[in-house]
This record gives sequence, C-alpha cells and structure tokens, in this order.
Amino acid sequence: MKGRKLSVASAYLDNAATTSIDSEVLRAMLPYFKEKFGNPSSVHSWGQAARQSVDESRQTIANFLGAGASEIIFTGCSTESISLAHKGLVEAVSSQQNFKSKIPHIITCRIEHKAVLETCRHLEKRNLAEVTYLPVDRFGLVAIADLEKAVKANTVLVSIMYVNNEVGTVEPIGEIGKLIKKLNDLRMAHDEPKIYFHTDATQAIQYLDCRVDKLRVDFLSLTGHKIHAPKGIGALYIREKTPLVCQQDGGGQEGGLRGGTENVAFIVGLAKAIDLVTRNKDKNIKRIKDLQQKLIRGVLKIPGVNLTGHPEKRTPHIASFTIKGVEGEAVLLLLDSEGIAASSGSACTSGSLKPSHVLLAMGIPPEVAHGSLRLSLCKETTDREVNYALSILPKVIARLRKMAPRF
Amino acid sequence: MIMTSQFSPLYSKKVIDLIKNPRNMGEIKNPDGVATVGNRVCGDIMRLYIRIRNKGSREYIKDIKFQTLGCAAAIASSSILTEIAKGKSLKTAQKITNQEVVRKLGGLPEAKLHCSVLAVEALQKAIDYYKKNEKK
Repeated sequence: MKGRKLSVASAYLDNAATTSIDSEVLRAMLPYFKEKFGNPSSVHSWGQAARQSVDESRQTIANFLGAGASEIIFTGCSTESISLAHKGLVEAVSSQQNFKSKIPHIITCRIEHKAVLETCRHLEKRNLAEVTYLPVDRFGLVAIADLEKAVKANTVLVSIMYVNNEVGTVEPIGEIGKLIKKLNDLRMAHDEPKIYFHTDATQAIQYLDCRVDKLRVDFLSLTGHKIHAPKGIGALYIREKTPLVCQQDGGGQEGGLRGGTENVAFIVGLAKAIDLVTRNKDKNIKRIKDLQQKLIRGVLKIPGVNLTGHPEKRTPHIASFTIKGVEGEAVLLLLDSEGIAASSGSACTSGSLKPSHVLLAMGIPPEVAHGSLRLSLCKETTDREVNYALSILPKVIARLRKMAPRF
Repeated sequence: MIMTSQFSPLYSKKVIDLIKNPRNMGEIKNPDGVATVGNRVCGDIMRLYIRIRNKGSREYIKDIKFQTLGCAAAIASSSILTEIAKGKSLKTAQKITNQEVVRKLGGLPEAKLHCSVLAVEALQKAIDYYKKNEKK
C-alpha cells in the first residue's frame, strides 16, 4: 500500500473519514513552507508570488465547479464553509429592508452532517432563524414533494447534502435546484424573498458532477482532506450577488468574507488535489466502484447483515451495513486489532447513548443501528485490502456473536 | 460516526486485551443463579450465570460465566467482574463495587462508566435469583 510500510496485513477502509495526502499534492505544497513563504497581502515580490499562487489555485477550483474565480473563497474546512454560508446568509437577509418577516426560515434534512444541523440549531436557539428538518425515506432520500410543502413565505435557504457521509446515498440536488428555480420565479412576482440553495458536497467532489450551474446551487461547501489534500483547508462557492455577511472579521481577505492570512501552502495543495480529481476521474470511479461492489457482495454473504443507504443511488466509495447481534464499537476494535480501519454509527463516546441520527432518521431501530459498520474506499484502496477485510470481518462478527447472550 | 483511532487510546490495554481474549465467557448449564441486565435499545445487554457451592457453612461462587452484547467497555466490564467474583463468598461478592471493576480495568472513559455499574448489577441480580430459588 502506498505511503505505508507494514509488515503485517492491513486495510485502511475509512476514507470517508479522511484520506492520505497524495504525493503530488505534498510535492506541490512543499515550496510554500520555505522558499515561497510570502504573505499574499504584501506588496513585495515575496507577497506577489504568494498572491499569484492563491489566485491560480482559486481559478483551478472555479474551473472545476464551472464558476468564476471571484465566487470561490478559501476556508479552514467544510464545517467553516457551511457555518459561513448559513449564518452569513441569515444575517444578511435579516438586515435587508425588504425582508418583512420576523425571522428567516431554513429548510434542511434530518441526515445532514452535524456541521449543518448544529449550525441550524445555533440559529434556532438564538431566535435568528426557524428551521424545518425534512424526513428521509428508508434509503436516506429526501422527497422533493416534502421540500415543496415545507416552503414558506419567509424561506430563504434550502440546505441539502449532496452525499450522505454515513450511508453514501446521493440526494437529488439537480432536481431540488430546478424546483427552487421554479419557486423563485413565482416568488419574484409576489415580492417574496429569494430562496438560496446550499449543498454540502464534502463527500461528492471526487465522484459526482459538481458544476454549480448544473446543480443550480448558490452555495457549495467542500474540504481538502477527503480528497487527498491536507486537513485544515476548505472552500466555499458563493454565487455572484448572493447576500452574505462575513463571520470572521479581519484584514479583508477573501473578498472581505473571511479575514485571516491565507493558508497559501494548503490552498495550493487543495487546488492540486482538485486537479488530480479531474485526471483519471472515470477510471478511478470505475475501479473504486468495482471494489465497492465486491466488498458489498462479500459482506452481505454474512448472515444477518443488511446494506444501508440506497442500493443504486450511492457514491462508489461508501459501503455501509447493519450487522445483527453485534455492537459497532466492538467490531471496530476487533477489526483494528487485525489492522483494519473502519467506522460505525453506533452510540458514540460523546456520552450520548443514542446511535447515529442518520440511521434513526432512515427508520432503522436503535437496537439495529448500534450494529452499524461503514467501510469507505478511495483511489488508493487495493484489491488486496478488500480481500483482507473480507477474510477478517466474518471471523470478527462470529467471535462477537459467540459472546452475546441468546434470547 | 466513530473511528477506531479516535477512541482506541481511550481504552486501557486491559480493556483491549479483554475484548480480544475474554475470560469466563460463555454459559453455565443449569446455573444456580442467572440474570440479564441492560437493553438493546440503549446498546448493551449482559447475562451472568453463577454456580454456588458450600465450603463448610459458607456459600461461595464456584463458577461464573458471562455473555455480553455491547461495546468494548461492556464486554470488558462483565469479563473482569467474573474474574473478581470467582471463588469469593456470596457475602464478599455482594460487596463488589463498580469502582473496583473500573480500577481492575485500568480505568474507563467517563461515558462508559455505566458499563461497570451494569456488570455489578448483573451479579447482584444473579445472587438475588439464587437466594430466592434456594428458599423455595
């Protein structure tokens, strides 16, 4: 396996959590720590060189999304992008003179990442916005009809993730975009506020069409570390003329929307990673999908295992399951002791005893959700890793089931 | 979501060892006492079996076995409890506390302390079961 030399067999199947940095990304970044360390805001040639690299990187990301360079800002991560889009829009709209309602209304769904859900709860708690959390079906899909029904006169934002991070289900972002366009055309005539559309594309960048005009989104959040760039760099697409109030005041960087000296090396790394996504995209997707299908077929051979998420409308890199008669955390620890990294939506160490909000929203009973397992792949995943995981997982499950009381 | 790397360091070596090599795991046929505690909705379920014998006038735990469906802390807590209780008189066994379970495990994360409580509760209920049935 690339980047790791282990004498014992191992398999890193937690790429939806984070990926390793691509060697090309690392190589592109290195000069920016020593030789090209300038501050992009400085006038001298050190600064100019840094500014040029940031601008070029911005253009790379803009091209990838089919957007203009001025519509892209760099952030620290997806969570920050999401927070800025939601809070910044709510603040901007609330202060607009023609906004007649008491507070703005946001529509999102129950299986969003905590970054969206907690931001919405923050706005609700402080009475800055009211929020509707749409239900999903058993595959994790949002129904367009439910969304349309939830729209109110004061609705200003719809925020739906492109790909769910726990089960890999792909939401109908293009269709939602179409609906919002139709609604906005009508609302214009009635002097109602425009509805803006945000999508969290964190898990979608490498696998799906992320061109913003095709999706008709006004905001799109992404992060570097899921696509072989480092942790600590993200980006937000903001459609031109979208009202937004800066949430991190400072030196006016990023078009005045995100103060703070640009993280030049990481920005260059993110652009390189995006560049690499476009290279060999179809080939990578096909290979990852083949491995995913092999993994799913193999795991489903174990009795009492079910696939979670949509059987077809899912990204190639996530295989997720519920396993009867075991608890997820115990599975993870036993897998880890065999050199396999995976993750689970079982009750977290956070102190909460509730299993994954995503699985519960999909109607999976808590006792089943406790036995969830997510295996996630990337372009570096090998056939050997998949075979190894398939040889170990049945033994781990059998061992834990043997420990459990019978009823 | 939880990741292996995220909480592995939270568990002591003893806990990790016990989930890999649980002691006294299994079932006792026709036990003198048995109890099942916890519930699946919350995540953990433990069952303890005990065999009681007399040494002179003193009753003691001759054998004890556990079966657990749950997280690492639940499996390790029930396993270590069987080790603590085995060979002890009923009187002494009844006095085992969850602090003792936690100490013998080399500590447990705050959020997992309830697992040690659950294990102690299982033993006490198994002893209660024995006492009730013995009187009949």
